Amino acid sequence: MKVLIDHISKVYIDRRGESTEALRDIHFAIEENEFVVVVGPSGCGKSTLLNIIAGLLSSSSGQVIFEGTQTDSRPHTAVVFQDFALFPWRTVLKNIVYGLEERGVKWQEQVEIAKRYITLVGLQGFENKYPHQLSGGMKQRVSIARALANDPLLLLMDEPFSALDAQTRTLMQYELSRIWEETHKSLLYITHNIQEAVFLGDRVVVLSRRPGRILDIIKIELPRPRGEHLTLEKRYLEYVDAIWGHIKKEAKEAMEETG
Amino acid sequence: MIGEVDQPRVEKAIVQDKTHFLQMKEHPWLSIASFIAILLLWEWVSQMAWVPPLFLPAPSSILSEGWTMLKTGIIFKHIFSSLTRILWGFVIACSLGVMVGILIGFFSIPEAVGNPIIAATFPIPKIAILPLLILWLGIGEASKVAVIALGVFFPMVINVYTGVKNVDPLLIKAALSLGSNRARIIRKVILPSILPMIFAGMKLGIGIALLLVVAAEMVAADAGIGFMILTAADLMQTKKLMVGLIILSLLGIFFNWLFQKLERFFVPWKQ
Repeated sequence: MKVLIDHISKVYIDRRGESTEALRDIHFAIEENEFVVVVGPSGCGKSTLLNIIAGLLSSSSGQVIFEGTQTDSRPHTAVVFQDFALFPWRTVLKNIVYGLEERGVKWQEQVEIAKRYITLVGLQGFENKYPHQLSGGMKQRVSIARALANDPLLLLMDEPFSALDAQTRTLMQYELSRIWEETHKSLLYITHNIQEAVFLGDRVVVLSRRPGRILDIIKIELPRPRGEHLTLEKRYLEYVDAIWGHIKKEAKEAMEETG
Repeated sequence: MIGEVDQPRVEKAIVQDKTHFLQMKEHPWLSIASFIAILLLWEWVSQMAWVPPLFLPAPSSILSEGWTMLKTGIIFKHIFSSLTRILWGFVIACSLGVMVGILIGFFSIPEAVGNPIIAATFPIPKIAILPLLILWLGIGEASKVAVIALGVFFPMVINVYTGVKNVDPLLIKAALSLGSNRARIIRKVILPSILPMIFAGMKLGIGIALLLVVAAEMVAADAGIGFMILTAADLMQTKKLMVGLIILSLLGIFFNWLFQKLERFFVPWKQ
């Protein structure tokens, strides 16, 4: 299995007919079991790209191709959104089984699968709580479990920890790293946080400011499992610095443009 | 202390909580006491015969009149008639209102067709349509049920429409990404999202239903609370009239309580 992001461009046209170019000729592939992070300054079209890959938005040109999936009946993607997007009327368990329900999986099996992912993300004991009873970090665990339970070919994460406070965010990065090392899901992760990108990714796709273009694709050759110790290592810091070097000018210009 | 005199004076300003008056105290005993006090005052004024009982019968005499009507069972006939009309009108209006509201909220063609019709008919006081409904449906139950249904339909359809328009688009995206189709989106995302709005519509609607059932029964009926009040007034039976008003008040309170309970049960995720 391989996902090809084939020369994607996106131009938004508003009601007055004015056009805004969000993405220009984005071209890369996500290999099986690969953790790819897309990093870029604010307003670079990262989320636009993710929505196109998820089938929640149409591109202006180019296409997203899943290769070698003819015999696979699993859903192409599942998304973990920044603002959790949990169904407030469903308990943790019922949120997690949503995708399975839609695929017609039997209830008994739904619960079995859900229990597995509840354990994986550390939500035991919260099965019958409603989302409003959970903290932000817990909510995002539910969202991750919900996406994983649906067993997609490609897992998509759209700045999943941006709505969390800095400390929870750091802890969740460790958690995600652990979860990924256990599941080895093909994963596309969107963030504006360079440290996060280097800490998590096998490869980091660096985007420019609007219109988003690929500035560089950097292979992160850091050993796994990756834990807290990594953030103090020289090679990690060199990667962070290299990417920051790419983005600094772009981010500054973006800031002055919007500000 | 003696030494105090010699110490230099220090200007002190202690910070006060400026918001303290915003924290309104609760006075449960005052609510009950004032209610009883007003009843007692009323009773006293009537007992002293300062106001003729024809205009203002004493609460005690209204109560005993009510008790008599309860014992003879005559009161149940009227309550039953009114409640049946309300129930039918209410059920029809709520189901239609929810369906139409979702339809015009979710699909563009029904929205384009439905919106101007609703905007044009909504402002008409529904009781003004009653003569037309009687002309169409006859003087029997159908026209009364229809006028109640019309009255309840509008707040419901408008609430549901607004609710559908305000469904969090992110939840729809999430459902789509998890494999829902359009029909499933309506059933599993839109419907639960708008449940609180449906209950708000029901609460608004029941008030309107009470108003319209009384009005319709005053125009043409041989039973019902509206009919009872009107005939009591014609016969100068002020006590009986007052009993009718109390029943209406109790019905209103009851329905409010009922919908609150139902909402808690069906919308457990909202605190």
